[in-house]
Amino acid sequence: MGISEILFWILAALTLFSAVMVISSKNPVFSVLWLIFTFFTISAHYILLNAQFLAIVNIIVYAGAIMVLFLFVLMLMNLGKESEPKKNRWLKLAGAVAGGSLLLVMVAALRHTENQMTELVTGDIGLIKNLGKVLFTEFVVPFEISSILFLSAMVGAVVLGKRDKPVENLITPAVAADEVAVVSIENRDV
Amino acid sequence: MYLLQFDWWIVLEKFILIAVIVTTSLVVAMYSTYAERKVAAWLQDRRGPNRAGPFGLFQPLADGVKLFMKEEIIPTASSSTLFILGPMLAMITALMTSAVIPWSWTIDVAGRMVPLQIADINIGILYIFGVVSLGVYGIMIGGWASNNKFSLIAALRGASQMISYELAMGLALLAVLMLVGDLRMSSIVGEQIANGWNVVYQPLGFLIFFICALAECNRTPFDLPEAENELNFGYHQEYSSMKLGFYLFAEYIAMFMSSVLLATVYFGGYDIPFVNEAAWGNYWWVGLVGFSVLMMKTSFFIFLFMWIRWTIPRFRYDQLMHLGWRVLLPLALANMVITALVVLLLNNK
Repeated sequence: MGISEILFWILAALTLFSAVMVISSKNPVFSVLWLIFTFFTISAHYILLNAQFLAIVNIIVYAGAIMVLFLFVLMLMNLGKESEPKKNRWLKLAGAVAGGSLLLVMVAALRHTENQMTELVTGDIGLIKNLGKVLFTEFVVPFEISSILFLSAMVGAVVLGKRDKPVENLITPAVAADEVAVVSIENRDV
Repeated sequence: MYLLQFDWWIVLEKFILIAVIVTTSLVVAMYSTYAERKVAAWLQDRRGPNRAGPFGLFQPLADGVKLFMKEEIIPTASSSTLFILGPMLAMITALMTSAVIPWSWTIDVAGRMVPLQIADINIGILYIFGVVSLGVYGIMIGGWASNNKFSLIAALRGASQMISYELAMGLALLAVLMLVGDLRMSSIVGEQIANGWNVVYQPLGFLIFFICALAECNRTPFDLPEAENELNFGYHQEYSSMKLGFYLFAEYIAMFMSSVLLATVYFGGYDIPFVNEAAWGNYWWVGLVGFSVLMMKTSFFIFLFMWIRWTIPRFRYDQLMHLGWRVLLPLALANMVITALVVLLLNNK
């Protein structure tokens, strides 16, 4: 076993462990923190595959931005062990069946793939130079379309946010509280 | 043995380098607290700390001992794992930036060329983006785990402030990236040594980056997470003893790292202007000279941070958001587009 193989096994174990912790933690804040940890281990896998760009973008986008928003929401809702709703037993069963069938499909799909070895450390498609070239030449149309998709999502969010609503419906009470304070001070001055 | 077949000297070399750099950062952060108090005293026409040792030079040690001796309190209603994790994360994320900074020239140690940089990865700048975006967690986790409404509000403020200013910071760095054409930190410095400092080409970018660095370090005028007259003490209100010390310390380390970054990205790193140090060879003293030059530039920025802190009052929260989203972000975008156009025109002539 080479050093990268040892690293792979350690990382794989860590990834699976943290992924299981995500769904088995009672407190949703802990779930999010485990999820962040999972993203880190996945990024480490990317580094093993010599795809540094993917690794760091995974951390910037998922661990650094999206998970912060998750944390925001969860911290403000302050869900505890008590507030976890009791789920219907049939619903649980249905969930188990659905998850099991997904696992079955995936195993069946992967079982007959050719026995390809991953290019450990040697591949260079994940390096920023090659990835940039491929994205902006071969796949430029899908790339641009997906960027338009993001733009439309952003515009949609702004439109929703711009709509006049009572202050307590804002997403972050911290901002709302500050705005209320500001508004009241301004009113007093007038 | 086949199992671990690689160059052990590299491991040793990097290990020593990491130890030296982390120690340096800690010592610099320690004496930044002293410098802060001295600068504040100077600006306010006082004497500042002058009891412990000559000129009060042992003051940071005394402060450290005091913090260690204080009673350690973990609030019963808090979530204790996260309560302990918070300051650790703050410290780790503050120190992580140092990994990609080129500290000095490559030196020759007994026939081995040793670059004075922990990791010259080909995604250096993106790594810094990543570390900056992770800086939020120490504050958020600590603030939430304290189970105190003031801490929580402060943590959310801190997080939203960091997210807002991260964008403008990233865009300012992207403009530098276009000039250099490489993401390695070493080539950013190399480019500046060859063609002159980036601050000459990117004055607006530098200004945006500097303002964002102030906001990312939670320094005045952007220290809203610690606004003591609104939030008592901020996100670390429930913390005591060295856990509190870690938060305060992490802030100084973040300030040190931001200053080093400013010096490296915009002010030529370890380069002395108009001097061709590369001709001096790879002796150890050349490395030392380069490191001292970088430290001088860094000290200037640290002083600037302190000067601003003791001069400018704090922003109001809505003003902070206004500045970040409606002033800095459009400016950074314009800066990026103009840089892109100029680079394109110059390359196509």
